[in-house]
Amino acid sequence: MEYILAHADYLLPHPDGVTPLLTFIIFLPLLGALATLVIPKTELRLMKAVAVFCTVVTFLLSLVALSNFDGSTHKMQLAEYHSWIPSIGVAYFLGVDGLSILLVLLTTLLSILVVVCSFNAIHGMQKAYYSCLLFLETGMLGVFLALDFFLFYIFWEIMLVPMYFLIGIWGHGRKLYSAIKFFLYTLFGSVFMLLGILALYSFNSTGDYGTGELTFNIIELINNVRVPTEPIFVGLSSQDLIFLALFLGFAIKVPMFPFHTWLPDAHTDAPTAGSVVLAGVLLKMGTYGFVRFSLPLLPTASHNMVGFMATLAIIGILYGALVAMAQRDMKRLIAYSSVSHMGFLMLGIFALNPEGVTGGVIQMINHGISTGALFLLVGIIYERRYTREIAAFSGLATTVPIFAVFFAITMFSSIGLPGLNGFVGEFLILVGMFKTNVAYATLAVLGIILGAAYMLWLYQRTMFGEATTPENQTMKDMNFREIGYMLPLVILMFWIGLYPRPYLNLMRPTVDHYVTQMQERHAAERYDPQRATRQASHDDEADADVPAEDR
Amino acid sequence: MAIPAPPLSEVLALWPEILLSVAACAMLVIDLLTSRDRKADIGWVCLGVVVLALVGTLLHPPQAGSIFSGMFLADGYAAFFKVLFLIAAALTVLISLRYLDDEGIQRGEYYALLLFATVGMMFMAGGGDFISIYLGLELMSLSTYVLVGFIRRDDASTEGAVKYFLMGAFTSGILLYGLALLYGLTGSTNLAAVAQGLSGLSLDNPALVLATILVVVGFGFKIAAVPFHMWAPDTYEGAPTSITAFMSSAVKAAAMAGLARVFIVALFPSAEIWEVLWWILAALSMILGNVVAIAQTSLKRMLAYSSISHAGYALIGVVAATQAREVGLAGALFYMFVYLFATMGTFSMLILLTHRGFRSDKIADFAGLGRSAPLAAFIYIIFFLSLAGIPPTAGFVGKLVVFRAAIESGYVVLAVIGVATSAIAAYYYFMVIKTMFMEEAVVQPQLSPSRPLAVGLGIMVVATVLLGLFPAVVLNAVTESVKLLQ
Repeated sequence: MEYILAHADYLLPHPDGVTPLLTFIIFLPLLGALATLVIPKTELRLMKAVAVFCTVVTFLLSLVALSNFDGSTHKMQLAEYHSWIPSIGVAYFLGVDGLSILLVLLTTLLSILVVVCSFNAIHGMQKAYYSCLLFLETGMLGVFLALDFFLFYIFWEIMLVPMYFLIGIWGHGRKLYSAIKFFLYTLFGSVFMLLGILALYSFNSTGDYGTGELTFNIIELINNVRVPTEPIFVGLSSQDLIFLALFLGFAIKVPMFPFHTWLPDAHTDAPTAGSVVLAGVLLKMGTYGFVRFSLPLLPTASHNMVGFMATLAIIGILYGALVAMAQRDMKRLIAYSSVSHMGFLMLGIFALNPEGVTGGVIQMINHGISTGALFLLVGIIYERRYTREIAAFSGLATTVPIFAVFFAITMFSSIGLPGLNGFVGEFLILVGMFKTNVAYATLAVLGIILGAAYMLWLYQRTMFGEATTPENQTMKDMNFREIGYMLPLVILMFWIGLYPRPYLNLMRPTVDHYVTQMQERHAAERYDPQRATRQASHDDEADADVPAEDR
Repeated sequence: MAIPAPPLSEVLALWPEILLSVAACAMLVIDLLTSRDRKADIGWVCLGVVVLALVGTLLHPPQAGSIFSGMFLADGYAAFFKVLFLIAAALTVLISLRYLDDEGIQRGEYYALLLFATVGMMFMAGGGDFISIYLGLELMSLSTYVLVGFIRRDDASTEGAVKYFLMGAFTSGILLYGLALLYGLTGSTNLAAVAQGLSGLSLDNPALVLATILVVVGFGFKIAAVPFHMWAPDTYEGAPTSITAFMSSAVKAAAMAGLARVFIVALFPSAEIWEVLWWILAALSMILGNVVAIAQTSLKRMLAYSSISHAGYALIGVVAATQAREVGLAGALFYMFVYLFATMGTFSMLILLTHRGFRSDKIADFAGLGRSAPLAAFIYIIFFLSLAGIPPTAGFVGKLVVFRAAIESGYVVLAVIGVATSAIAAYYYFMVIKTMFMEEAVVQPQLSPSRPLAVGLGIMVVATVLLGLFPAVVLNAVTESVKLLQ
């Protein structure tokens, strides 16, 4: 508490000063996970009830957090700070700002839906299943709320374990292969991210580049550490190298081309709930990492890498879309569409201006909603037919009209039709990118067209035409439970699509602050060989005073 | 001339070692008077003695100072390792009590030898002189040779013992040769005096280079660093599982304790020579240990290779200590400490699956364990997560402090190798987890739980989780104990 009050210029405690609201949000699901473990195997209803109860209460708590959230400031709010391992500078430090508040809400909402959508889909080891889901929720929420790298890394890694089991035990097809592939890819990226974190930590602990303190405190590192930008290794500076280390961790999670190959396997072979969580939340952790850490901590490297990042993003957009067209399995198609959409999102972030970043952040939410919804819909079909072959379906619009309507709305949201949520994000991203680089933006537009093509084609093949086979003629439409868990997502699609302002307002101060801060820092620490030599000869200390017009 | 008797205070500083030695001798006598089916009682006596020594050492850490004219150093460093060895010895007794019955080797000497080995380790950690360190090393090694071959009817056990003995004796010779050269160069065997003598020497001196290399090779064998590891897999596989657990934790830590003390204190002036050598050995151990482990079908062998790689991680700390002494050494010490619980834990789980006439060490034997014994499988996951360095377990904090030391002292490449190989390591640990949870059992795995084993496992699990979440106490202790290093 003293810590938060002492840093009131960027931290706000809970209004009443004591309630550890964020701690409740993070650990309530964990409590639920432990509770499910002690419920006897035969009490299936109780188990499900506990899971639903925990996710719903967590969601309500996150709404309480929203109601206490002040959208007019970029400060970290509802902050909690407790010293934890003082000897190496680790603290239990949580907070929420405009970047994370929506992601938290998305996570808590999707968590309810994935629990409800699993009621009939999962057979065998149900106890372990629900506790894995709840455990996963704790990990995801922790990643978005942690403000200490040590704590962040714990949540980031801990999540891999329940996800591994979700795919490996309750998945389909080549589930063992996909599970370990997912696990290893992500772990490989994470350990390099850890090295990047340790490098930042070391730089801060030397007096020359930071405060000289040992700390994993993310906010203090952002405020204080200035990683040198002089080239040290094949033309790359320390800052570039740290950027690349963090890049490995985040880019594999996003995933960006060429690190995307785990995604189609994992998404396809995971159970519905796993796919929804993967697409809806896990992928966002990568993009969140770029915005939260890479941009403010490594401003110059972020600028240097715009071309590199944009190229990978555009390859991802086009390649993902083209490969999606060629898929025969619905889930695989959606998985590749994710690669394409996530490329779009990255492009927005690396426009490095407020429009692009805002677009990127709102698109994280949109992609979570629409791709999550698509996976839920495919899950509904799969529960009835045990196949996801596109060729096995035709004329469903007549046999399952309600399903067809939901599918159509979700599809249009994913394509980015004006009036639905996807459009808002894509529009902002393109505005941002056009300001930075017209060529990149133009190429990205191609991706939108391709996206419309594969989604519409999918719809045409499965929904239109005549229902020829008996299975297609007799398929059951969505029941109340299924409509119930789809409805919130569809409402959000329209809401964000028609009236995005409240959502954008929540994040605007934070995004503006992040972008301005990054641009200022970049201007201050731009590496200029002439200046470096000048400084070396004059030992001029005033390096932060180089005017911004110098560029 | 009369040799003055050492003051009583110096004798008392060594009370844990004396207690253990006396108890070990006494147990050999009691063994003769105990009937065949009451031999486990000796184990309980042994446990009591070890716990007494442990509690005593924790409550009254010896005052810093050199005793017996510099033969022994009673400092924080020694105290830290003594605590580590005593914990390992106590856990070994706990997991042995029932296991020895299952293997049909419940004999009194087992516990006496265990105590002798522990005393040897304590001498190694507290030695202030080449002679005392070497004596400790030999006492530990000789006891361990016998313990490895304790299952006399089993060929693998005997083979392991013979291999270990031959390689061990050979490398002790190499080490001794190196130490002798150092004595020749400096005229002393006292660590501090050797350091002083060496600081005047040129690093081009061929005798110094040769001596350094010999000592590196000698200790390299003892901690089973690649390329001096070839005895380890066979020995680990053949030895009684409880002894494998003891070796991979305590024996390795003892070698590390002696190694760090000898190199960081006595050989520090020639750091430029050995830093490169240990760098290479660390890198090779991490790479080869982890890659070869993937191919193993026997869990015991897999863990043996993983144990080789873990020596590599701890060595990162020693290498880093050349630039940042306290941070590096603290990393190595903390790593060995947290590694103890996880590695002993995995071997103890093997014991849990061993019952009369059935020695389970094939990975395939674990198929279906996740369904038939979820708690046991869950405990296994925690140990594996710790070995793989995944939070929130102790292994993560261990890797964190070691990699931090590497980055801070500029050994970035070594850190990169470290993290990349730890991702590889996760692969084979998770292959076992996969077998437990996602494969159908051919033969339903049977557990043979016993109360002491359960207590031992409980301690290891709790320690692995608590040291992951709240490492502050041990981290502080480690930081204090490396400051006192003389």
